[in-house]
Amino acid sequence: MFDDPATRNKLVAVRGLKMHFPIHAGILRRHVGDVKAVDGVTFDIFEGETLGLVGESGCGKSTCGRALLRLYEVTAGSIEINGIDIADLSPKELRAIRPEMQMVFQDPQASLNPRMTVAAIIGEPLDEHTSLSKSEKLARIYELMDAVGLSRDFANRFPHEFSGGQRQRIGIARALALNPKFIVCDEPIAALDVSIQAQVVNLLEDLQEQFGLTYLFISHDLSMVRHIADRVAVMYLGKLAELAPRESLYHAPLHPYTQALLSAVPDPDPAVEAVTERIILEGDVPSPANPPEGCNFCTRCPQVMDICHIEDPEFREVVTGHYVACHRYNEAEDEFASAMAAYEENELNQQGEN
Amino acid sequence: MPDGAQPILDVRDLKTVFKTRSGEVHAVNDVSFDLRPGELLGVVGESGSGKSVTMMSLIKLLPIPPAEIRHGQALFDGLDLLQADEDTLRDIRGAKIGFVFQDPMTSLNPVFTVGFQVMEPLREHLGMSKSQARIRAAELLELVGIPAAASRLKDFPHQFSGGMRQRVMIAIALACDPQVLIADEPTTALDVTIQAQIIELVKELRRKLGMAIVWITHDLGVIAGIADRVMVMYAGQIVEQAPVRELFSNPQHPYTRALLETVPNVRGKRAKRLRVIEGQPPMLNAPPVSCPFLPRCRHALPRCGIENPQRVPVGAGHDVACFWDPETDGERHV
Repeated sequence: MFDDPATRNKLVAVRGLKMHFPIHAGILRRHVGDVKAVDGVTFDIFEGETLGLVGESGCGKSTCGRALLRLYEVTAGSIEINGIDIADLSPKELRAIRPEMQMVFQDPQASLNPRMTVAAIIGEPLDEHTSLSKSEKLARIYELMDAVGLSRDFANRFPHEFSGGQRQRIGIARALALNPKFIVCDEPIAALDVSIQAQVVNLLEDLQEQFGLTYLFISHDLSMVRHIADRVAVMYLGKLAELAPRESLYHAPLHPYTQALLSAVPDPDPAVEAVTERIILEGDVPSPANPPEGCNFCTRCPQVMDICHIEDPEFREVVTGHYVACHRYNEAEDEFASAMAAYEENELNQQGEN
Repeated sequence: MPDGAQPILDVRDLKTVFKTRSGEVHAVNDVSFDLRPGELLGVVGESGSGKSVTMMSLIKLLPIPPAEIRHGQALFDGLDLLQADEDTLRDIRGAKIGFVFQDPMTSLNPVFTVGFQVMEPLREHLGMSKSQARIRAAELLELVGIPAAASRLKDFPHQFSGGMRQRVMIAIALACDPQVLIADEPTTALDVTIQAQIIELVKELRRKLGMAIVWITHDLGVIAGIADRVMVMYAGQIVEQAPVRELFSNPQHPYTRALLETVPNVRGKRAKRLRVIEGQPPMLNAPPVSCPFLPRCRHALPRCGIENPQRVPVGAGHDVACFWDPETDGERHV
């Protein structure tokens, strides 16, 4: 299923990315601290894959996605896209690279200008970055509308005339207009109904295959991420807790947070629900302005140890391709191997039954 | 759940419309259901399927106009809620029927303390004195798992996290020991780990207090874990109704079946491609004359375009509004 990582091309390489937002207080608006929305994350995205980025609200996943496209001025770290570090590029240099990287936003209502027609919305990136003639541009707009499954008859309508799912298609067509390589999808289905979510997810998969796209798929919906992503990163309080190929993450999660998160997802089957043992986490996520000492999960971790309150665990590869930031996995391979073996046995049994 | 027990809430032929400038919207069309004491009834449907409007109609929490309850009957303890006057309803709302809404930030008043808001129904409905109410309010907050409850009474809603605010909402809803609790998407705005906390809490409160609960949601996973019985709504109608295990193992309506196939999971097998329900839910600007699911249905029969199917029993406590029979892949013979 996965190519050898050594030979695969890293399209995006993020190293130690930090995005801090200053807090100003008092009459003099003095700088009194920082909200550490993203606090040192490191990961790669390979060409043609979908990396899922999951986490709860406020964990910094959207900020991370936006910082990746330099929608913010990052505090520290490097972001290489296709070999070019965009973290320090000047606005002019950045503009030249923008066509390669695009974004699909969560709320299709808010991200489409209500006064522009569909054709104008999809054509705007073409106006900005290309010198196509009017007829060439229209041809390209129609081509994009076909690609995302919108009827060409709708080209002169306004966003409010569309349903949520169709609006999201408009947003996707706009993102595709300049033939990007890399698209950040920030909760693209969170605002849609269940039956429409599947339509949009299938569309994203088709387009990926057709145009060889690379996605960062940001979502809080763990079941949908399992469907669409090749590898999954779990974020907690501004840091990555775990990153692994999809099946090892879902079947052999190592980090206690990932384990709790997965166990909390309700299962659409009453028989499974009746036997599922839940790990119920106590309390709430601490404030990113004042994260705890040591491991940032230590205040809620059911398996917390003394060292967790003192030392921040390193995010490292404990099994090939499986990264985790947790002190419990200083010798992880045994635990991982037994979890994976249990999963494979289960798979075999299921195949036997079918 | 005693099967033969007298229903605590019995709704017949409820129809609610909204009058808008561009005509009427038929939000709830001839909905009938009952709720038995102590049971947890799940109501599943997409946005606009009428699940919230149905429940809001019962205790007139809708703005009238533009809403209008055209006809129907809703017997609660022998009293028809739809005919009751405002004073009677005021005694019932928040006392005998409690509510928990989706967004705990907008449903708590930001300018009053949490203590005041928990004490309000106690003083209003039970006539408690301030000091009695304060003691009871602290007990309630403790019941819903808020640490150091007594000391948090003077805090304001913004000082609580989302999950804690939802616990406060539940405490308010439970203040007068209601017979029925209506929870409208109570965990939708919450993160999964917090959702799991709230679900555990509701399960525990049900064991302790034994009220009947209507749980409105679009999340089949949540329903699978907590409901005794499930109603599936589509376009303002109940299309299928069954005990929870029966509904998930033997779904009859093409909409229910498609919905169950559309939803991915984190534990079982991973489908290579998601099943899709093509198209969109219908606009409800006219009363349905044919089956509202017809344009999206992959099993449509000629008859479906001529009449709107009524619910027919297909098993113990299981009924479905559909002409198609999954067993024979033809018309259902009743």
